[in-house]
Amino acid sequence: MSGWLRPRIEAFFVEVGRFFVLLWRVFAWTPRPPYDFRQLGTQMVRIGVDSVPVVLLTALFTGGVMALQTFATLKRFNAEGYVGSLVAISMVRELAPVLSALILAGRCGSAMGAELGTMRVTEQIDALEVLATDPVHYLMVPRAWAATLMLPALVILANGIGIAGGYVVSVGLFGANPVTYMANTFQFMDWNDVSSGLVKSAVFGLLIAIVGCQKGFYTTGGAEGVGRSTTRAVVLASITILVSDFFLTKLLY
Amino acid sequence: MTAKPVQIRLRGVAKSFGGKRVLAGLDLDVHEGESLVVIGGSGTGKSVLLKHMIGLLAPDAGTVEVDGVRLADLDYREITIFRRRFGMAFQEGALFDSMTVWENVAFPLRRAGWPRERIAARVAECLELVHLEGAEKKLPAQLSGGMRRRAGFARAIALTPKILLFDEPTTGLDPVIKAVIDGVIVDLRRSLGSTTVTISHDMKSTFRIADRIGMLHEGRIIAIGTPEEIRACPDGRVQQFIEGRADGPLSD
Repeated sequence: MSGWLRPRIEAFFVEVGRFFVLLWRVFAWTPRPPYDFRQLGTQMVRIGVDSVPVVLLTALFTGGVMALQTFATLKRFNAEGYVGSLVAISMVRELAPVLSALILAGRCGSAMGAELGTMRVTEQIDALEVLATDPVHYLMVPRAWAATLMLPALVILANGIGIAGGYVVSVGLFGANPVTYMANTFQFMDWNDVSSGLVKSAVFGLLIAIVGCQKGFYTTGGAEGVGRSTTRAVVLASITILVSDFFLTKLLY
Repeated sequence: MTAKPVQIRLRGVAKSFGGKRVLAGLDLDVHEGESLVVIGGSGTGKSVLLKHMIGLLAPDAGTVEVDGVRLADLDYREITIFRRRFGMAFQEGALFDSMTVWENVAFPLRRAGWPRERIAARVAECLELVHLEGAEKKLPAQLSGGMRRRAGFARAIALTPKILLFDEPTTGLDPVIKAVIDGVIVDLRRSLGSTTVTISHDMKSTFRIADRIGMLHEGRIIAIGTPEEIRACPDGRVQQFIEGRADGPLSD
């Protein structure tokens, strides 16, 4: 057993250790000059602005499906009047943050893994160090903060579009009353529903960036290694999102 | 040249990767202002040796001293600043591929906080030294192998380092470009007066640029001396390597 299990357990703790070391170094380097606002801006566009279409499309259809499913179910209890609240609260608390995070993990976690991985295998990261530039400071700090800031912004958009998707399906397809549906949507929602979703998504953003950068940063083995890092960045970021979602939800409720 | 002070001193440097011993207690002195070329077969740890000199890798055992400072005594931030006295040219150039040639060369200057006008002047100067005028706006992907290396040189010399490290500067280039690159290295040394350490397995260019040659084999320097001394070296392994023969003690 030890022959198979032990190296895997060791590798697991190495990964966890690297994660926290990088997280700490990102925080430690953040307040130090030079401040690279240009890099931050570039990353914010790449992570945030460029993800808008796919995040909105996902939110629209998720809101629509939520309405489809719950309308049919709640009708059995003559409770179809609550579809609006159900769609809105599910979207804002859970679906928009988690789905947007998973999309961002696929779009940007992988890109960070590939970009930093390529820089590693072509010695560009070594070159940074030789040129008296800390790679964590130069590469990871802007990516980490861009993701932390932009994911909540994306989630705000996703919230709105998801609710709109639910509205379109309920009103357009099931003939719900538009006025009561809208009133119902915001009837039970409070500020904590929105804020907990935004806090969660900020944490997810940070996790995606650190995991993506970590996989890229520790890449070995040429083009094949970059491929491996990219895949692992997405898989690991997705798992981290889902697991931390449980604990964050528990904590924030 | 023997009277020159030692700038880089390695003592008993050992390094293993995953159980494989790459450097086995290596001793080496690099004197101020000299051009040392370290030769040796592929995979003998020449690049690893170079990365120890600049502190990119830390030895498992032994010490690396540069200008009398032990690299192991420097903390993370101190070594980042300490590296400004080095310029390193990587095997394939290691240019930042999202930046133009101009931005690549300007990068160390910007990070060191130079004002804009001085950066522009210095970048132009460096590109002239490596004969790359006119390539400022090109991206690394648009350059030939030889041009990429020269752009890498320009970036390495931007902060006028006292020590220049070249990692296999001519590998994979055609003979004419090799001669051009060797010429650039010799010119750079002459104009900067820097100490240079070059890693190579190309004997022709080694003899063109070296004041002294050291041969790395099985984790140690097995022979070191002037080009004439190395040519006359009685060690069969050295002779086999510099003559490029298939049979001999290295192949056993």
